[in-house]
Order: sequence, then structure tokens, then C-alpha cells
Amino acid sequence: MSDTIELKYEVSTEDFTRAGEASSDVKKKLRQMGVPPEAIRKVAIAMYEGEINMVIHANGGTITVLIDSECIDMTLQDRGPGIPDIEKAMQAGYSTAPDNVRNLGFGAGMGLPNMKKYSDEMKVETELGVGTRVNMKVFIPE
Amino acid sequence: MTIREIKEALGARVVYGEDFLDREVHTACGSDMMSDVLAFVKDQAVLMTGLCNSQVIRTAEMMDIICIVFVRDKRPDETMIELAKEREIAILATGHRMFGACGILYEKGLRGGSDYERYH
Repeated sequence: MSDTIELKYEVSTEDFTRAGEASSDVKKKLRQMGVPPEAIRKVAIAMYEGEINMVIHANGGTITVLIDSECIDMTLQDRGPGIPDIEKAMQAGYSTAPDNVRNLGFGAGMGLPNMKKYSDEMKVETELGVGTRVNMKVFIPE
Repeated sequence: MTIREIKEALGARVVYGEDFLDREVHTACGSDMMSDVLAFVKDQAVLMTGLCNSQVIRTAEMMDIICIVFVRDKRPDETMIELAKEREIAILATGHRMFGACGILYEKGLRGGSDYERYH
């Protein structure tokens, strides 16, 4: 596995039932590639939280995943309103999600904290009115 | 504890996964908030929840949860059952409420696996 594999996904907000399909597909592919289970789980959870965020807060967007023998690199680019206060958004329990999102089982204010917890590196760039770009890396142990 | 023992303790109905009843469950989690589940669940767990939508199955998939118990007789729809089948996740349904269902399994020796629980 010396080459880099690139996977691209369009995340739509039309159908909440389908949220998570991209993460599910990445998980399946990583398993086929023989990536260690602990790295797969970290990728799956971090990306799934990000994907849900894109659906509930940010009008969807695109996810690009780069996989090589050392690292799984995920970039989530959304079309949302941007995050006014990233420091606050990173606090566990802080949430701006409306009640209808909570009724779906999300909006507990754990999205970004979970993404940080399960990725080895995370970078958030956000611009109000334009969107947010999250890059997460999970390193594959030797 | 096996899925079968959970089924018997809760008087639960098997919605899907008769073939998986002998699988071993190590820890349990009860929550309607999927992000909490994503934050805390450990290996080979059973998830008890009153939330009933496709994201419950997806959350279980991401966490490698092997069994979901729907409390208060919530009934998963066909889409959810299909998702569970693809991922080989057993689904049970019980008439117990969340507190009761968790209490019964705790009494039988199942634990949440958190560090807090271990040291307090």
C-alpha cells in the first residue's frame, strides 16, 4: 500500500437517513485494505461526527479521504454558516443545535470534541457566511 | 453475558439476529444521545436506547456495537432492519423503560466499562 488512495464523497442534507453513508463506506474500504481495527474505529467515529455536523449545521458539502500506508487524512468542506467562536464550539456540551436535531439523537455538544478526541491531528478553518473546513488525520500504527 | 441472556433477562423480542444470540457482550451503554454513545462506548457492547432512527444503527456500526435493545417497545422500521442486517447487528425490543432495562442488566453483572465506575 505505497500509493495514495483518494476517496471523494458528496454529503447531501436531503435525507437524514442517509447521513453517515460516506463514513460507512470508508470504514468498509479500510477494513478491506487490512488497516488495524483501532485506527479504523478512530477514523469511523471522527468522520461520522463530522458528516453528521455537515448535515445538521452546514448544508452538506464534500469529504475527501486520502489513504496511504502511514496515515488516513480526511478533509470535510461544508457550505455552512461558519463557526463564530471555535473555542466555545470545542467545549464538550456546548451546542447550538435546535430541538429537532436533539430529537434525532444529536446536538449534545459532543461533535467537535469527539472529532478531536478520536483524530491524532485536527485543524479547523472557518469563515462566517462561507463555510468550515475540517482536516483530521489518523496515523496508522506500524 | 450473551445476547441470549440479555434477551431472556429483559423478556425481549428478537427483531433481527437469531443467529447471533450466542455472541458475547462485554459492556453496556444506555443513551438516547448518539454523540454520548460515540464518546464513551467500549468494545463488544450492547446499546440500550429509546431513540428509533437509522442513525442509531449507523452509530452502532461506527462503534462496533454488536447488539441494540430498543426500550419502551420502540419498533425499528424496515430501513433500519436492513441496515442492521448488512452490518450483522442484533436488534432486540423490550417493553421495559430505559431505567428498568439498565437496572436489570446491571443486577445481572453487566457494567458500563467506564473508568469512573471502576474507581468510585
